[in-house]
Amino acid sequence: MASIRFKNAYLGVSKTISTNNERIDTTFKVDNYFYGERTVECAEEKMQIKVLDTLRNGEKIDLVIGADLSNQLGITNKVMSKIDIPYLGVYSACSSYVEELILASNFLKNSCFKNIACLISSHNLDSERTYRYPVEYGTITRNTQTFTATGAIASLVTKSETNIKIESATIGKAIDYGVKDANNMGAVMAPGAADTLINHLKDLKRDISYYDLVLTGDLGKLGSDLFLTILSKNDITIKKHIDSGSILIRDKELTKQGASGPICLPIVLTEKILKENKYKRILIIGTGALFNTTMSNQKRSLPCISHAVSLEVN
Amino acid sequence: MDKEEYLKLVKKNNKEKNIIKNALISFLVGGFLGSIFHILTSLIISYCSVSKEFACGISLFIFILVAVVLTGIGVFDKLVSKYKFGLIIPITGFAHSIASSLLEYKKDGLITGLGANMFKLAGAVILYGSVAGVIFALLKVIIYG
Repeated sequence: MASIRFKNAYLGVSKTISTNNERIDTTFKVDNYFYGERTVECAEEKMQIKVLDTLRNGEKIDLVIGADLSNQLGITNKVMSKIDIPYLGVYSACSSYVEELILASNFLKNSCFKNIACLISSHNLDSERTYRYPVEYGTITRNTQTFTATGAIASLVTKSETNIKIESATIGKAIDYGVKDANNMGAVMAPGAADTLINHLKDLKRDISYYDLVLTGDLGKLGSDLFLTILSKNDITIKKHIDSGSILIRDKELTKQGASGPICLPIVLTEKILKENKYKRILIIGTGALFNTTMSNQKRSLPCISHAVSLEVN
Repeated sequence: MDKEEYLKLVKKNNKEKNIIKNALISFLVGGFLGSIFHILTSLIISYCSVSKEFACGISLFIFILVAVVLTGIGVFDKLVSKYKFGLIIPITGFAHSIASSLLEYKKDGLITGLGANMFKLAGAVILYGSVAGVIFALLKVIIYG
């Protein structure tokens, strides 16, 4: 059993930043990828600092849990070296935000921390370089390819009551179904997302109709189809499913599948789903492909991981 | 659902790639570039009265220059997604791969950045180009003596 119930963890305010490619209203908007800096890495750092500083203005923060996609968490480490708050760096690719929420809620349950900030960012040019080809190099866009979203978010997880309660969580398993295509992340991640959802329902003895909305991270359109197919084979029919990546970027020129990256889920959750206030019980499933370029070049299959958090909105 | 069943499902869902259409576009665009090269070389020979080899060199230089400038202003990668590998197979693709690597790594220093990564993509072309050259030269010697 890998599910935990929380009593005193609440999701507070979030500060977000994104570029004009992301079709969503965020706290701040950036008009180009460089954000007035010399390199894309500096630009991503600046985005993280911007959201974290804005969040710190209102609250005293005891701990920051941070993540990004760069090698060895270079960007978050650099940002946190400039900020005088204890810090934990985590990595589980695009499911990092949900992992951060789980860790933060658990800290609130078991320690004297009161306010914990969850910091996360991704940058299109930075990830292209880390995982694929040089940015300007032209290749043919595959049907299955996603486009890494650019932005950053800092969310407050707090003991003081807000209208969004972090109710329970399920920690996922690393799952490998033998997909080797690094350009088809949806297919890599779909079994992991389905597995975590099934375990979540089993552990907490719930029926899927308990949730008004299941919000997945960045499965893309093909990945969502696969996810729903696996669930239907297990006799689970979701009332309403939204994939954050598929709605975040809809530019057909850039991608046919939608956006990817750890920023998709939190940005859609906080800036769209929670602001619309249509759903009471929301299950968010962060989906991450645990992708390593060396292993991928050696033709090894790609594992994935998904974590789930259940939110209750009052 | 077991792994094999899942992999079959993935394959079925992925209705990708119009290979024939892509190949046809590449063929036409590549051929078009080839004819432009030929016309350019002929023009240089007739107007500048230079030898054929020298004229070829100048045409190659023009092609490389255009590819590098287009990469620099961020147009070439968009052209590739439109006109497929017809632009990558000729020398324009080679120039493009070097120029894009240089742009990417120019901030990482002269040795560890530019020096180490300049031929990151083009290295494969150089290596296997040379190997193929050796094999075909051998074949030529064996067949024609």
